Amino acid sequence: MELTAELNESETPVLRIRPHRGWQRLNLKELWQYRELVYFLSWRDIKVRYKQTALGAAWAIIQPFMTMVVFSFFFGKLAKMPSDGIPYPLFTYAALVPWTFFANGLTQSSNSLVQNSNMLKKIYFPRLIIPISTIVSGAVDFVIAFIVLLLMMGYYGIAPTANIVWVPFLLILEVGTALGIGLWLSAMNVQFRDVRYVIPFLTQFWLFATPIAYPSSLLSEPWRTWYGLNPMVGVVEGFRWALLGTQTAPGSMVLASVLATLIVLVTGVFYFRRMEKTFADRV
Amino acid sequence: MGNLAIVVEGLGKQYRLGQAQASYGTLRDTIVGMVGEPVRRVRDLLGTNRQELAMQGEWMWALKDVSFTISRGEVVGIIGRNGAGKSTLLKILSQITDPSEGGVDIHGRVGSLLEVGTGFHQELTGRENVFMNGAILGMKRKEIERKFDEIVAFAEVEKFIDTPVKHYSSGMYLRLAFAVAAHLEPEILIVDEVLAVGDVGFQKKCLGKMAGVAKEGRTVLFVSHNMPAITRLCERAILLDDGRLLQDGVSHQVVKAYLNAGVVSIASREWQNPEKAPCGEVARLWAVRVRTENGQCADAIDIRKPIGLEMEFEVLKPGYALMPSFHLYNEENAHVFSTVEQDPAWRRRHRPPGHYRSTAWIPGNFLAEGSLFIDAGLTTLEPLILQFFERQAVAFQVIDSPDGDSARGDWGGRFGGTVRPLLKWSTAFNGGPKTEALA
Repeated sequence: MELTAELNESETPVLRIRPHRGWQRLNLKELWQYRELVYFLSWRDIKVRYKQTALGAAWAIIQPFMTMVVFSFFFGKLAKMPSDGIPYPLFTYAALVPWTFFANGLTQSSNSLVQNSNMLKKIYFPRLIIPISTIVSGAVDFVIAFIVLLLMMGYYGIAPTANIVWVPFLLILEVGTALGIGLWLSAMNVQFRDVRYVIPFLTQFWLFATPIAYPSSLLSEPWRTWYGLNPMVGVVEGFRWALLGTQTAPGSMVLASVLATLIVLVTGVFYFRRMEKTFADRV
Repeated sequence: MGNLAIVVEGLGKQYRLGQAQASYGTLRDTIVGMVGEPVRRVRDLLGTNRQELAMQGEWMWALKDVSFTISRGEVVGIIGRNGAGKSTLLKILSQITDPSEGGVDIHGRVGSLLEVGTGFHQELTGRENVFMNGAILGMKRKEIERKFDEIVAFAEVEKFIDTPVKHYSSGMYLRLAFAVAAHLEPEILIVDEVLAVGDVGFQKKCLGKMAGVAKEGRTVLFVSHNMPAITRLCERAILLDDGRLLQDGVSHQVVKAYLNAGVVSIASREWQNPEKAPCGEVARLWAVRVRTENGQCADAIDIRKPIGLEMEFEVLKPGYALMPSFHLYNEENAHVFSTVEQDPAWRRRHRPPGHYRSTAWIPGNFLAEGSLFIDAGLTTLEPLILQFFERQAVAFQVIDSPDGDSARGDWGGRFGGTVRPLLKWSTAFNGGPKTEALA
């Protein structure tokens, strides 16, 4: 869809609607024009998420925290899993915080189109906004869980390293991955509702394929770099390195993660753009 | 060029049969298919399989070869029976779905209202929903802030604006939803049947707002089944039938063509499956229809013509006298009248089992224009037992005449009343200035 909408009022914008075949341009300009909608949709998700729940926003902490408790008992105490010299609960919680943001973002964005089918059928706006805003809305939960992480670090007497400045970059990497996969799955979900059943399996599998309960230092190079092709490996080990000062400096592993994320994200966006013309007819 | 608003050229939209309803396949189908024809299926998944898709399955054109041009400031009604392609056309114009062929050029900012309240969330307050909905409709936050008070006043929900909308009555909800939409300021407004909902007062308000929009010189495209509204609001109408443009011209002529086509939709209801038909021990309803004097089923009838209400039913048990009846309600839900079968041949007589068809004739120039909803019932006389009573079994519209020979004469404006009989008037001319009483 070519939207030649000009902001100056002097010339009437002309919108040309034609059949579309093949791959579409991204049209980031139009996406930018609708940026307020991202804000409103995420704000709506946040407002609504914990309405009529007894514990409210506490759920943002309960999910990673309880997982930490379980992991600490089974993997930390019983299995005596190494944890790079960090107390095991902190070691695993530092990974669970970005992981939870990722897994929820992935799950919710994959279901987002189907859930908002009414909007897809009744109104036009850049479709990319829907999965993007669902992921953005998870940021609040992340911030809450992150504060708990800082409190736990205080409890264990571990100060964050100067590398904490890399955390935003790691977050971008994480959001990019969640969005990339979310775009693929949400677009497929419109046509094949099977995707819905694949997602829980996928996140569970991915949880264990990511060094959350165990350190990636169990692997030796060059395998560790290859392991980074799972982008969440770079994110999780990056978090530990930046905050807890683990020695497994991510380096080449993060590079592999960045590469994998870029591939997933770029292909995801183009696939989504290609399929979005059929959403209203299929959803 | 400066005068054009919408140019539609050779527009077509194709759907695979069944796609519109059963909209998704399962991955299993795809995987099963993959064994036999892997390449095609993968392409299907990637959406690169257009040509081959066209070969498989049955396709239908929801819209085909539709071309028209709308100038700036025109108010155009789009009419046609259900499935004629009206909604598809609006969806393409609103960029919700892609055309399969042809194209549209739109000059100006488009606001489309295919449904009011899109994106409303039950848990959010009225205030929050106004901002949410405005953003979805493409308004900037500042724009919404500027118009906020006006919107709330229009919707008449000032007191409840900070209450979650789940506590709203349906009327309040609709008013608020429409109010946001009505304060969009597009150069081109596309409206689909939003007026079909809500109470009458609200509908009037909506129509008034739309007339206001039109007066400001903006372009309006209006899809509706409400023929009086079409003729009142639009100078021009476009009639679609079976995906094609059948007629394009002055609205009352196009409306007339539509009515004469004897289009069937809500004016006829048949129960094919006896299990599901309204039924008592003695009688079962088979069909209810609204017919013109020519015997055609029609959901819109000229005010001057008689209207036949027909009921087909089956008597299952002998030994009962029956009273079939119709009950008419207008769009304000006022009970216009009821009528019980008065055929002397069957009055108080036991009916043998079998099929019956009863028709009640409403004279022309009797009902007022507007929508009428018909309940169909049947009762045994002794004992009085209701066999079936189907609420709103059918509905039709009475269309007033633009020719000046109905009760409204040459008065073109609003004309109320529950009935609209054409009365015999006599007027005497007494000559000279009136000095004495007419004793």
